[in-house]
Amino acid sequence: MAALNLWLLWRLGVFFAALAPLLFWSWQVANNAAGPEPGNYLLLNIGLGGLWMLLLTLSLTPLTKLTRWKGFALIRRQLGLWTLAYATLHLLCYVLFILGLNWALLGSELVKRPYIIVGMLALIGLAVLGATSNRWSMKRLGKRWKPLHKLSYLILGLVLLHFFWVVRADLQEWAMYAAIAALIMATRLPPIARTLPKLRYRLSRR
Amino acid sequence: MLIKIAKPSDLRESDVTPESIYLSRRRFMGGMVGLGAGLALSGNVHANADYSDVPEGDAPAWLKEKISDTQWRAITPSNPDKDKIAPFDDASGYNNFYEFGADKTDPARHAGSLKTQPWSVVVDGEVNNGGRFALEDFAKPSQFEERIYRLRCVEAWSMVIPWLGIPLAEVIKRADPTSKAKYVRFETLVDPEQMPGQRSSFSLIDWPYVEGLRLDEAMNPLTLLAMGMYGRELPNQNGAPLRLVVPWKYGFKSIKSIVRISLVEEQPVNTWQLLAPNEYGFYANVNPQVDHPRWSQATERRLPNSLFRPNTIDTQMFNGYADEVAEMYAGLDLKANY
Repeated sequence: MAALNLWLLWRLGVFFAALAPLLFWSWQVANNAAGPEPGNYLLLNIGLGGLWMLLLTLSLTPLTKLTRWKGFALIRRQLGLWTLAYATLHLLCYVLFILGLNWALLGSELVKRPYIIVGMLALIGLAVLGATSNRWSMKRLGKRWKPLHKLSYLILGLVLLHFFWVVRADLQEWAMYAAIAALIMATRLPPIARTLPKLRYRLSRR
Repeated sequence: MLIKIAKPSDLRESDVTPESIYLSRRRFMGGMVGLGAGLALSGNVHANADYSDVPEGDAPAWLKEKISDTQWRAITPSNPDKDKIAPFDDASGYNNFYEFGADKTDPARHAGSLKTQPWSVVVDGEVNNGGRFALEDFAKPSQFEERIYRLRCVEAWSMVIPWLGIPLAEVIKRADPTSKAKYVRFETLVDPEQMPGQRSSFSLIDWPYVEGLRLDEAMNPLTLLAMGMYGRELPNQNGAPLRLVVPWKYGFKSIKSIVRISLVEEQPVNTWQLLAPNEYGFYANVNPQVDHPRWSQATERRLPNSLFRPNTIDTQMFNGYADEVAEMYAGLDLKANY
């Protein structure tokens, strides 16, 4: 019973840690500390926060293999859903604060701007994964569930492309995220994926 | 648009002496005994007291003197209710100056390292009176004017900013261009030690930052070489100590921290055109009908805005300065020459 409570605490802790940035940015906006364009401030920060969530979610599997700690697997669905939440809020900021709820403009931007299209595709992908993340869907989809949820790597690629097309003059920040993403993806390549548990064994013997 | 050029005798509400200064006139006169007339009115209390909340800078004495002798409100927006001056903190805390980083808050954070005194400007190329000038001597012959301009960024946001400076036309006339001079080329300082953005190995920009104007654009009365804003010298992050302001073009044309002005025969290749020729051209005139390939230019967000008041307004042709500049482009295909 005590162990069960500890896991619940861990999951609650992760929940509040994932919520905290949103609260912090809202606080900044409420206190006029977010600069002359608070909508854009929220848009950019939440977008970047969503990329962080996606990278964290995808690092859980290699981390589990490396450490065999149960805690990582326990928060995978939660962080995946946080990624979807951040991405949805990111779109909402765009529609509300940048387009000023001009739906016609959203329609034309969706047709004309490649980075908007790519971002939208990524969000649709995340929504599909979010909708099929419950137990019922897992049962219904059976063997097809895993390949479906490997789409998350494709989504990561789309998100990075979306980010790349927004950069105007300096790729440093983007390159940093792309490098982390490449590292995470590399851990899923079969030869590397096989060595991760061995690495853990060697580390624990030391 | 109506541009009001004030007669020297015109009086405006802004010319009314603030009560606090009026009441302190005896103290003021006392101070005059020991100080020159231009220096007594130190800080940001000028003919107009609008800038009393703007932090005082660290201008050298000659610049303070020039500023105190400014022709205030030389050009103002025809609709001041719509074109409200942005708060100083926004104009100085939220802008692009890639020499100091890619984020819009980077310039304010990092530009403190820029040393603006002493500063010199090279005027060269197709001119009879070229040379290297100390900024003080460069500015000396012209009276400062205050001009309140709309600044439209190519990223679809805009602010209204009160600049202090001298018409570029006067500088060019003094340089005495030869008949070969067709364009003006501008260059920003290169010094990676002072400018952290120039140290980034991921930067797509090939330093120095370069901009250019056609000679007639440079000679247009609206084109300003600014050395101050908000009644004081330019903050470093806004392009101190000398920057260009071309109000009918996207902000990136208004090159900052200028060290070189060259009259040239060939059209210069400006930095953004070199970086992404399909997105940025030589002209970069504000034009709501020609979109940036990645976003629309039909509207702009006038800053500061707030969450549920995005303050989105229609972008005007030539940023609302068509009456003054449109004839320069008669017959030019503005879609092809973006």
